[in-house]
Amino acid sequence: MIDYILPEYKVDRDFTRCVGCQACERQCSNKVHYKDFDLDVMKAHEENCVNCQRCVLICPTHAITIKRNDQAQPTSNNWTGEYIQDIARQAESGAVLLTGMGNPRPYPIYWDHMVLNASQVTNPSIDPLREPMETRVILGSKPQKLEIDEKKRTIKTPMPPSRQLDVPVMFSAMSFGSISLNAQKSMAMAARELGTFFNTGEGGLHKDLREYGDNAIVQVASGRFGVDQDYLNAGSIIEIKIGQGAKPGIGGHLPGEKVNEEVSTTRMIPEGTDAISPAPHHDIYSIEDLRQLIYALKEATRYEKPVSVKIAAVHNVAAIASGMARAGADIIVIDGFRGGTGAAPTRIRDNVGIPIELALASVDQRLRDEGIRNTVSLVPAGSFRCSSDIVKAIALGADAVYCGSAPLIAMGCHMCQSCTKGTCNWGIATQDPVLTRRLNPEIASERIVKLMTAWNHEIQEMLGGMGINAIESLRGNRLALRGVGLNEKELEVLGIKYAGEVM
Amino acid sequence: MRLKEGDIRIPSGCAISAIMDRSGKRHDGSDIIRSIALMHDRGNGLGGGFAAYGIYPDYADLYAFHIFLDDTAARTAAQAFLEERFELEASEVVPTRRVAAITDAPLIWRFFVKPKADLMDELNDGDEEQFVMDAVMYINANIPGAFVSSSGKNMGAFKGVGFPEDIGEFYRLEDYEAWLWTAHGRFPTNTPGWWGGAHPFSLLNWSVVHNGEISSYDANRRYIEQFGYDCALRTDTEAITYIFDLLVRRHGLSEEMAAHIICAPAWDEIDRMDEKDKQFETALRQVYGPALVNGPFSIILGMEDGLLALNDRLKLRALMVGEKDDMVYLASEEGAIRIVCDDAENVRAIDGGVPYIAKLYDAEGD
Amino acid sequence: MKRVYSLEDRCLNCRLCEVACKTAHSATGDTFKAYKWEEPEPSARVHVEGTNKASIAVNCRHCAEPNCVEGCIAGAMKKDPETGIVTCDKDKCVGCRTCMAMCPFGAVRVEEYALKCDLCTTGYGDGDPACVRACINQALIFVESDEAELLAVERSGE
Repeated sequence: MIDYILPEYKVDRDFTRCVGCQACERQCSNKVHYKDFDLDVMKAHEENCVNCQRCVLICPTHAITIKRNDQAQPTSNNWTGEYIQDIARQAESGAVLLTGMGNPRPYPIYWDHMVLNASQVTNPSIDPLREPMETRVILGSKPQKLEIDEKKRTIKTPMPPSRQLDVPVMFSAMSFGSISLNAQKSMAMAARELGTFFNTGEGGLHKDLREYGDNAIVQVASGRFGVDQDYLNAGSIIEIKIGQGAKPGIGGHLPGEKVNEEVSTTRMIPEGTDAISPAPHHDIYSIEDLRQLIYALKEATRYEKPVSVKIAAVHNVAAIASGMARAGADIIVIDGFRGGTGAAPTRIRDNVGIPIELALASVDQRLRDEGIRNTVSLVPAGSFRCSSDIVKAIALGADAVYCGSAPLIAMGCHMCQSCTKGTCNWGIATQDPVLTRRLNPEIASERIVKLMTAWNHEIQEMLGGMGINAIESLRGNRLALRGVGLNEKELEVLGIKYAGEVM
Repeated sequence: MRLKEGDIRIPSGCAISAIMDRSGKRHDGSDIIRSIALMHDRGNGLGGGFAAYGIYPDYADLYAFHIFLDDTAARTAAQAFLEERFELEASEVVPTRRVAAITDAPLIWRFFVKPKADLMDELNDGDEEQFVMDAVMYINANIPGAFVSSSGKNMGAFKGVGFPEDIGEFYRLEDYEAWLWTAHGRFPTNTPGWWGGAHPFSLLNWSVVHNGEISSYDANRRYIEQFGYDCALRTDTEAITYIFDLLVRRHGLSEEMAAHIICAPAWDEIDRMDEKDKQFETALRQVYGPALVNGPFSIILGMEDGLLALNDRLKLRALMVGEKDDMVYLASEEGAIRIVCDDAENVRAIDGGVPYIAKLYDAEGD
Repeated sequence: MKRVYSLEDRCLNCRLCEVACKTAHSATGDTFKAYKWEEPEPSARVHVEGTNKASIAVNCRHCAEPNCVEGCIAGAMKKDPETGIVTCDKDKCVGCRTCMAMCPFGAVRVEEYALKCDLCTTGYGDGDPACVRACINQALIFVESDEAELLAVERSGE
């Protein structure tokens, strides 16, 4: 039978460099490279290649280049090779197409259409190397006003629980099961060192990570995996996951083969069984149900922990977010449609939900229109690629952001989007002990710390350039942003002016 | 088309100055004009103004609305609106004299009014100041060609397009006696030339003269707009005035605490405090972070019983203070103090982020 | 003294240490030539034992009282009294394989003469030995022995 599926990649091996050491072969879990001992030459099963670039980077003589298979495709902008190949795959499998990581489609990326301001003459810029430059963020709900005893210097208004971030970035929810324990541990270690938070995702908190509880956001999702009283109290913030930007409206499915002993214990489900998260929470069919769960979780933790609620950015996100604030959420998380995932149906990942920039701008404005923006924290998620994306998000109105893909990339991820295969050569999206040991948490956490430290420096430089020395003066400061290449409606939703327009 | 404040945002550099007699004794406007005129070069003739406290003792219990009016139609509309909401006790043209340098002046009227009690109960639960503030916002937003330049009791703002010394002459400030004078000479980095956009900015008994350009402007604006303030002029001064109004009048904090919030201590300072103070300061920054004013500024806030002067926490704008007996002098430059009081004592720069407050002796110990 | 320690739980069996060692001990210092052109073909002195599931790089421990030195019949194997590094003088070595038999770690191989780790002291650059630099997972570390002991205690507590 003809295999209709073309290899996506070609392995280009430079035989003036290859020494046949077989390092590539031993490190490729997809079984691409092999040695032909008769000819004493390295060869490749290219159809297995996912372009994770592990071999490229470890080859001691840089003999390998992975190239896109340049098989001629029909001359059509409509019937692209991609759609033809997807059809070939589905004609063979009869199944929903699955993929990993965030939406790669060429939708507009609004971060790239907004530019930042800087001070000139009328207002001095500030040098962060000489002056304090504050990037500390405090998350949690707040009263609108304080009653103060000014003589005693005490606050009479009761303050709800809050949490401090030394950098305006937290690590997004990625469950143990979807990623390896070493990957989660790397983020936990980095979060502790940076003074921020990692998020357990919906897979429970492994016993080895309990010691990082003060830096953990423990998630409660529709599958309720690993949730019990101890779990809730082990974390510092509790997050109810309603939806995820990569797959709004649908649940999750961790195949049984990934549910090994450790995953099974942590998730509190039998070994080898599929871990299925229902599409909705079956105790939340309405906003008033959400309120009940929020308060059930607050009760269970003696009102000592902020409760966050995360939703995917969908069309009516602003109204939903307002409802969440009124339902008692202390932190509102909006996950945009470029947000990553360990596994999502391709068509959903690529076609459902809205861009985070527009969602964030509209949620922030809605909360302000209702006069309640200051009472809750707002955290966008979904593909923050660099420090300037974060600065722009804060200027649109974010308190802090969630980053998932960036720390993964710092750990070694090369965005091959093959997380679902379970054969991640970088030891991230896999439970295979041969592969997970490739991810050394000491190395990986240090790389994440360095990345975030670098970003924080950059954020400070940009703040200083704008003549601002505290991040709260950037929050919602949309005059700091100008649009380039946007239409009137986009500018209106983003609440910004066009570059060059009079202030 | 010539754009005016409200259509565009115009940052400006400036000179500011203030003279106060803490005993409450009143002085005419000649000293404050001399003080601000010394700093002529800090302005560019596109705005000057004064606020004076204690000038209407005969109408001390009435709100004095100073209103700029483009034409008689605007005056009719504004007066009709005022008569609908207030008992109108007196109205008159603000006396001015011809000054060669001052052109393009609008009609300038003042109205002494008292809120109608029944309307106040109906619209604002009897909250008199809120009632007056709403009326000011209404006129500015809805009556074409009318702009309320001040609306406090026993005080008024006198401002316009021109150098401040010319504006002072124009308004005949030598005919007024006040226990507190503040002044402003403007250097806008644009050419609006609209009388309403000149400083001081005033609402109720507040008046603010300000030098600087705040880099947190939009964060501050979008914060206070949540509490019903309409930042129609889109100037820093307006935003700062509203922040003070929110924190002091509506949240019940002292002016000093409001200034402390506007120039909150840095986190590394807070981290060194003992646990109790740390909790206190952390809660303040947490709740009032959006009221933090960032970027260079020096301001003098006039209020019903004194003044408050404040510099940004990095001290990026000059502001000097000097004292002599009952008198307090403030100015962007020391020379502007010396010229009216050459033996002023204690002449010094105000510290960044630390408010300087002077109150009437009668008001102290409240 | 500083030695190369091999951490089994971190070893990924990629064997890049071997490639680096071979290059470091080649005449040209060029990996491709070391494998494909040099005569005689240089040899790696570190060897990875095991499979992808469990592996460890084996190299000379530079023992305090080395059996190989004690057993050498030709006086070729020597421990430097100052640096503690054990090396073989290939001009003296007769290839009898006694050292190979006596080494408790299997860290000596004999081809024409005894081949063993010299901690890259024979001309290969500065800093950490080539194998340590090449290791992609910090499974090889070059540290003082007391440091290694501390680390072992720390890591066993994990």
